[in-house]
Amino acid sequence: MNGRTVAAAAAGMVLLVCLAPGRAQQPQAQAQQLQQQQDQLNRQPGAVYDADFAGKPSGPAPRRTLAGTWEFAAGRNVAIQATGVMAMPSDGKPEHELPFTPEGRAAFLANKPTFGVTQVPSAMTNDPMPGCDPQGFPRIVLHNAHTEQILETPMQMIILYQFNKKWRTIWTDGRALPTDPENPGWAPTDVPLKDLPPPEPRWWGYSVGQWVDDYTFVAESNGFDDRTWLDNAGRPHSTAMRVVETYRRVDADHVEKTLVIDDPKYYTRPWAAFERLRMRLQSPHLEIPEQECVPSETAKYNKLFGDPAAGVDDRGR
Amino acid sequence: MSSSSLRMMAVAVGLLIVSASASAHHSAAIFDPNKRVTVTGIVTEWFWANPHCLLSLDVKGADGQVVKWVAETQAPPNMIPYGWSRQSFKAGEEVTITVEQARSGKPVGRLLRAQFPDGRTLLPGGSAGAAAAGAQP
Repeated sequence: MNGRTVAAAAAGMVLLVCLAPGRAQQPQAQAQQLQQQQDQLNRQPGAVYDADFAGKPSGPAPRRTLAGTWEFAAGRNVAIQATGVMAMPSDGKPEHELPFTPEGRAAFLANKPTFGVTQVPSAMTNDPMPGCDPQGFPRIVLHNAHTEQILETPMQMIILYQFNKKWRTIWTDGRALPTDPENPGWAPTDVPLKDLPPPEPRWWGYSVGQWVDDYTFVAESNGFDDRTWLDNAGRPHSTAMRVVETYRRVDADHVEKTLVIDDPKYYTRPWAAFERLRMRLQSPHLEIPEQECVPSETAKYNKLFGDPAAGVDDRGR
Repeated sequence: MSSSSLRMMAVAVGLLIVSASASAHHSAAIFDPNKRVTVTGIVTEWFWANPHCLLSLDVKGADGQVVKWVAETQAPPNMIPYGWSRQSFKAGEEVTITVEQARSGKPVGRLLRAQFPDGRTLLPGGSAGAAAAGAQP
C-alpha cells in the first residue's frame, strides 16, 4: 500500500467516524480510534514515510550525493521541536541541562521564550521568530523543520527549506570558513576579490562542506549574527558559534543527519542538537508546501487572539 | 541563577505545561485543560493564516447579549492533512465549537472540535487533536 492509498484510507475512516458521531461505541475505544486515525493523517500531502514500506529493504546508497526531496522518515511532525532542540529539550530534566558558561546562562535568561522552563505568555515574549524576524540557521532545522530539498552543483550544496521558503548554500568549491567568526568574510583564494561580499555576521552564517568518504558529507558553518535563537526554548548562541552537520547516506532511501553546536563563548563543550535524525527520499514530483511568517497576519493574530489569551487587551497597537 | 534554581523553576513551570502545539508558535500552557467550553454561534470570520488559523464566532447568550469567541487552530500546513482548508467555514453559517479556554478567562481558546448542523465534524491534529480525541462524548 503506498502513501497515497494509506492517506486515502485514513481519510475515509475519519469521514465515517465524523459522519456517524452517534453510533454506539465505548468513549475510550472511540478516542483511541480517533487518535490513531489522526496519527495516520499526520503526513505531508503526497509524502511517504518508513511505515508505508514496512519490511521492504532499501537499495544500496548511491555514492556522493544527497540530491532530492527529503521528509522525516518517522512522520511529518518528527522534527517540529516545539520545546527545544530534539536531543536536549527544555523540560527541566537534569540530563537536558545545556552546558552553559556564565555568559551563556545570562544570555539564556535574558531570552523570554514561549516554550520550555523559562516560558512566558506569547504577549510577553522577546522571541524574534513570531514577529517574522529571520530564523536563520540552525534554528530553521531546530524548530519548525519540515520537508527539505537538496540541490547539488559542482560548487555548491543548496538546501531549500519549507518554513518561510528559505534556502542555504554550503560551498563545496574548496574554500575555507572565515578565520575570524566575529568579523567573518570569505578569504580571497582564486575568487576575484571584487566578487566577494564584505565581511559581516549573517543570519544564515557561512557554510562549507566536503565528502569525507563516499557516503558521509560534513558541513561546517560559522560567522553568525547572534540575534537569532537556537530554538523555541530561547537557547542562545554567540557570534563565536560553529555548527557541524554530518549527513550519512545509509541506503538508497535514507540519510541520517547529526548537528553539533560548538560555541565556546556560551557553552563549555560542544553538544548535539539532534543525532542520526533519519530522513526519507521522496518522489521528485513532491512540491514543498508554502508556509510563510507574514507580519500583517501576525499582528492580526495578536490582536484577535494572542493578547486576550494572555490577558493583555492592547499592547499599544 | 544557579542550575538548581533553574530546575526548581522548571518543576514549577512543568506544572503548567500541558503539551506542545504542533505548530510550535506558543505552548499550550496558556490554555486551561479543565475548562472546556462548547458554544454555538454564527461564523464572522475564518482567518486562514500563520502563525495560527482563527475562527471567530458571534455567540448569543441566554441574556441576549452577543459574545465574540475566537478559537485558535494550527498553521495551515498543519491543518491541511486533517481535511481543513481555506473554505472550511463561511461567514454567516452556524457552527458549534468546543474549545479549551485561555487561562486569562477571555472568550478565546484552542479549538478541539467544530461541528456543523448537519453533523459534519472537523478535528485538529497534534496535541489539540489528542485532546479532542479524549474529549469525545
